[in-house]
Amino acid sequence: MNPQFLADGLLMGAMIGLGAIGVTLTYSILRFANFAHGEFVTWGAYGTLAIIGLIGFAYGGDISEIAPFSFGWPLIIAGLIAALLTGLMALALDRLLFSRLRAKGTAIIMVMASFGASMALRSLCEFFFTSQPRYFSRDIQMAIEILPGMRMTPDQMFMIGLTAVLVTAMHLLMTRTTLGRSMRAVSENPALAGVVGIDVDSIVRATWLIGGALAAAAGVMSGIVVQIRPFMGFDLLLPLFAAAILGGIGSVPGAVIGGLIVGLAEALAVPLIGANFRAAVAFALLIAVLLIRPTGIFGVRE
Amino acid sequence: MSLDLLGYGAFFLATALSFGIICLGLNIQWGQTGLFNVGVAGFVAIGAYTSALLTTPETADRFGGFELPMAIGWAGAALVAGLVSLAIGALTLRLRADYLAITTFGIAVTIQLLALNLQSITGGPFGIGFIPRPFASVQENALLFNLLNLALVLAVVIVLYLALERLLRSPWGRVLRAIREDETAALSLGKNARAYRLQAFALGGAIMGLAGAIQGHYIGFIAPDNYLSALTFQVWAMLIVGGAGNNRGALLGAILVWGLWSASGALIAALFPPDQQARAAALQIAMIGIMLAVILLLRPRGLIGERRTVSRYVD
Repeated sequence: MNPQFLADGLLMGAMIGLGAIGVTLTYSILRFANFAHGEFVTWGAYGTLAIIGLIGFAYGGDISEIAPFSFGWPLIIAGLIAALLTGLMALALDRLLFSRLRAKGTAIIMVMASFGASMALRSLCEFFFTSQPRYFSRDIQMAIEILPGMRMTPDQMFMIGLTAVLVTAMHLLMTRTTLGRSMRAVSENPALAGVVGIDVDSIVRATWLIGGALAAAAGVMSGIVVQIRPFMGFDLLLPLFAAAILGGIGSVPGAVIGGLIVGLAEALAVPLIGANFRAAVAFALLIAVLLIRPTGIFGVRE
Repeated sequence: MSLDLLGYGAFFLATALSFGIICLGLNIQWGQTGLFNVGVAGFVAIGAYTSALLTTPETADRFGGFELPMAIGWAGAALVAGLVSLAIGALTLRLRADYLAITTFGIAVTIQLLALNLQSITGGPFGIGFIPRPFASVQENALLFNLLNLALVLAVVIVLYLALERLLRSPWGRVLRAIREDETAALSLGKNARAYRLQAFALGGAIMGLAGAIQGHYIGFIAPDNYLSALTFQVWAMLIVGGAGNNRGALLGAILVWGLWSASGALIAALFPPDQQARAAALQIAMIGIMLAVILLLRPRGLIGERRTVSRYVD
């Protein structure tokens, strides 16, 4: 077996893992499966693209790339701004839609509303940016052999490194800070968390901001190593859910490990069943988890 | 001119009512039992492809074409879609409600993928053509053809409607709503909630499969692109607008939303230049999405919502 699949799977898994953190947090803290999460990925990528355009327009002239990568400082700045904007978009969606439904009670209505929001957001994206695929850079990068038979481009290595930094930061946030502890308390029991003086509303806001920003990061990564299209987030939705459930709902390390498993399984499956059936891998994994261990790797039985 | 209009009216109504059948299926799952199915398009696709394989003439480059009578195709469509629903339900109904949503979403994605790539069975991206159409012998007379087909779809809708209304009032239907409203209370009365849910989910799936077959035969051609998540979404909008839990609401919603969809499509065709139309069509979906969200917020019971009592013995 060609060890190259490890590199491809790792990269795909890193993207899925980043997105799945947001899914697992909204699922455990707000208690519903958010079908609009994929659109945060898409809007993060398109937002970055648009801001790069603005920077290029304001700065004029040619901005050189940071060797050995295919992108320059505008992408980094734009990515940061877009992550913030995507977080704010998630927050706005909550204010307009989810918070009102939450007040009325039933969680399943929120799932339905998120499904509607997902269709609306993606269609608006398609309207504004057309369905033509876009790219951050059209340059072709040389892949470097990092291990015998395993090649990666500098961009891809940067992405893996960035994911490692973000995931570690998230893990520290959840385990070492007051915010993280409060988030876990609300996910355990919102009423009880309120009783001990945790401001549940601000925890909900923090959850949306963090989830949206991480989704945007996944979108930018996907845009750099693959391409940007309106369906990119929607197509990622099933792997995201599979990763979150596989890792155990509510667990940040679980979401990342789940993402890596889904990514590696997809990469492994491509030579076996063909690239056409790649998207079915996440579904097969999901069914397997539901059959064998519905609580996932790190999940606890309710 | 007026005859053209009548022909179009018949075509429109027959299509809308075929969506109405899907809504009736979803109404059993969601309206009566509270089961959230995000994979409606998948179950419709299963029905459409099953019936197409059973009834088309033998084809050299793909599996099947068994040239069976259309009635067997329809029955097979309902049966296979019902069995797949049964399997999915058995797997997920014991878990949290959201897991059913995620799994049905997954099955719809996977079925679309299979339809697109299992070329030797489904014809791949080009789909299956030459599906026998009801009343094909009068196909040259578009008006008569559409009117007869409308009558056929209408007959199916009426039969289904009467049967479902009866079911809704039966002890079985009451148990479904009891489980939806208060599972613990229903369990304490000795009702096996899981078995009832499973039956409702399978029955709804079978009706969706039947609707898929009806649509496929009416148009005479099916392709994977007909069964994208946009279809699921349209059907949901229809049921929520009309009124979940009410069979009349399901049918009314289907006609209204399909009317809105067709009208906005015509509007886009008239307003936008040809090269911008694919792009503008995205606005149609955005509009339905926003409409769904607004209805959920402002009038969650829909236009004609569920009635509080269904028994004619209770006032």
